[in-house]
Amino acid sequence: MNSYLKSKRGSKTDPGQKYKTKHEPLIHITKRTSVSKMAHLGYTLIAIAVALVFCGLLVTAISGIDPIKVYVEMFKGTFGGEVTKLKSYHSVAILLAISLAVTPAFKMKFWNIGAEGQVLMGSLAATYVMLKFGPYLYESMLIALMFAAAILAGMIWGLIPAIFKAIWNTNETLYTLMMNYVATTIVGYFIMVTDKSGHNNLGIINERTQFGWLPRLFGKPYILNIIIIAVVTVIVYIYLKYSKQGYEISVVGESRNTAKYVGINVKKVIIRTMAISGAICGLTGILLVAGTPTPSMNPDLVGGQGFTAILVSWMAKFNPLTMVLVSFLIVFMRDGGAAATDALKIDASIGDVLTGIIIFAIIVCEFCISYKINFRGTKKGENK
Amino acid sequence: MIVSFINAVIGYFTVLIYGSTGELLTEKSGNLNLGTPGIMCVGGSFSVLCGYFLRDMAAKGTIRLNAFTAIFLTLLATLIGSLLVTLIYAFLTISLKANQNVTGLAVTTFGTGLSNFIGAWVNSKAESGIMAFPEIADYYKVTLPFANKLGFFGDAFLASGFMTYLSLVIVFVLAFVIRKTRTGLNLRSVGENPATADSAGINVTKYRYLATCIGGMISGLGGLYFLMQYSDGGWNKNAILPFGWLSVAIVIFVVWKPVLGIIGSATFGALYALSNSITTIPPLTQQLFKLFPYIVTVLVLTISSMRKKRELQPPESLGLPYFREER
Repeated sequence: MNSYLKSKRGSKTDPGQKYKTKHEPLIHITKRTSVSKMAHLGYTLIAIAVALVFCGLLVTAISGIDPIKVYVEMFKGTFGGEVTKLKSYHSVAILLAISLAVTPAFKMKFWNIGAEGQVLMGSLAATYVMLKFGPYLYESMLIALMFAAAILAGMIWGLIPAIFKAIWNTNETLYTLMMNYVATTIVGYFIMVTDKSGHNNLGIINERTQFGWLPRLFGKPYILNIIIIAVVTVIVYIYLKYSKQGYEISVVGESRNTAKYVGINVKKVIIRTMAISGAICGLTGILLVAGTPTPSMNPDLVGGQGFTAILVSWMAKFNPLTMVLVSFLIVFMRDGGAAATDALKIDASIGDVLTGIIIFAIIVCEFCISYKINFRGTKKGENK
Repeated sequence: MIVSFINAVIGYFTVLIYGSTGELLTEKSGNLNLGTPGIMCVGGSFSVLCGYFLRDMAAKGTIRLNAFTAIFLTLLATLIGSLLVTLIYAFLTISLKANQNVTGLAVTTFGTGLSNFIGAWVNSKAESGIMAFPEIADYYKVTLPFANKLGFFGDAFLASGFMTYLSLVIVFVLAFVIRKTRTGLNLRSVGENPATADSAGINVTKYRYLATCIGGMISGLGGLYFLMQYSDGGWNKNAILPFGWLSVAIVIFVVWKPVLGIIGSATFGALYALSNSITTIPPLTQQLFKLFPYIVTVLVLTISSMRKKRELQPPESLGLPYFREER
């Protein structure tokens, strides 16, 4: 529309001029053609810094505590001591793993907001194998079976909406959202059936025998989980950036029609990508159960991280390496906010508020990077 | 037992009908607002905050607590609170063209955090750690004057306050506006195909803003009603959240038709009551009742997409931002 008007203005100077002064809107938005990567990074960092300062001031306004002290407390609560540090690294790894899982689908513009359910089904499968086959199999076979079951369960949970999307174009956002709650309820049901005591709590799984507990590396918990997820991060990075399938995902995401035109089987890509997405979720599921020092299972195990992961993936622009940094930031805000509350006497929910503010800031920043705002009276030449 | 069950169903029904009607209106304009659960929480928490100040002022004698002030001010606070949070969503998705899923989930994170924070602050003012406002909630529970003279029918079906009837009025007005007026036609066209609507001279931005904001405020009322009906105006952490997600599910379940929303909310309300309020049902069966609404929603979604019938589809541009220069 705009370019059409402009060309008209160019050809007929007099009426065009008149038209422009009368009808040009006060604010007029155009898309920027290209922004250098460094500038992009710079703007984003500025936005995060502004948001952090704002959050600090907000906390001060509420509690009357020096904002620097707030951040010191938050840091102490997340990356301070030896034990908390390891635990926070693990939280970062888990959030990162779920973010990695949703990324291939996300890049394809398949809005998989069902990671919560997919992880949960993976955990459930692992728990089931641990309880059922624990006493009968060799440890290595048991763990292999657990991994297979968890990955398969996550994959199936991801494939169901994908198949409907591919064949009947069912709205996947709503479908995957519903599948979360189906999964939550199934887990609740499973716990009730398994636990005969009526407390709706499995406690620590195989506490006495430790069947199916993932081995500790270097005598410390969580290390194995972190290593596995680091490997997955690299694989996903390479897969998305350098493999043919990764390229197909980007093409389908950019334009389904283009993909069809160049001979990509769109349905196949959708189903295959969601299988991968679900499989990584399932893998995260087993790590979340068997990879912790006290393996346990409950419907709230994932704790809404399936949703947070979408924010992480988006904030990192689908780049797995950037996701590492974003996960650190989110865990710092979320867990740090919760940890600082004891020291500062404010409610733990402040962590969610701060996370929200940071994401809003980044959304605004993204807009300013990809669009240009022209006010009335901006010279024509500046438009592009 | 039957009476208390029907009361519970009507209570949950009212929460869900507000939530789902608000979400439905929003989705009609093409905005998939996943922030609805957060908005409902914030709406509810603002009424608690208002209740706290109201009690404070009443104690000092600056204001007299009567039916008008109690209802009007808490209602106003809820509307303002939910409007503010909805405006964040609306501004980011409509003006800044941000991804609706990302923004919606961020709004839910922010909204639940904010509401829990407000609720915790109000609760911390009470020595017991739980603050409730029964004197305000009682005004919301006033029934129709002839309700208790009608025996069983009155006890079971007319035991709720004015909010339930208000919700029905809102649904029918909304259905009329969407189906029968030019405004409604324009709104639907914005949700189906904003580019076409734009070239027909309809202000897409204005319609999306209005639908999203009004929808958010209607959803917020669901949070208010839940607090006033079930906890005497006291805040419970994350109590409203599940209703928010159920509301999003109901909109799919009723295939984007406001009047069907009554049936949808009643069904979901009944299932929720079966799984939560009735203690005589064995826990395993309760879990199945909990599962049922989501399974049915998935089935409705699947079947409606398989049948490809035009009137059963979501608004065509649902979830997509509209940028005039990109068409």
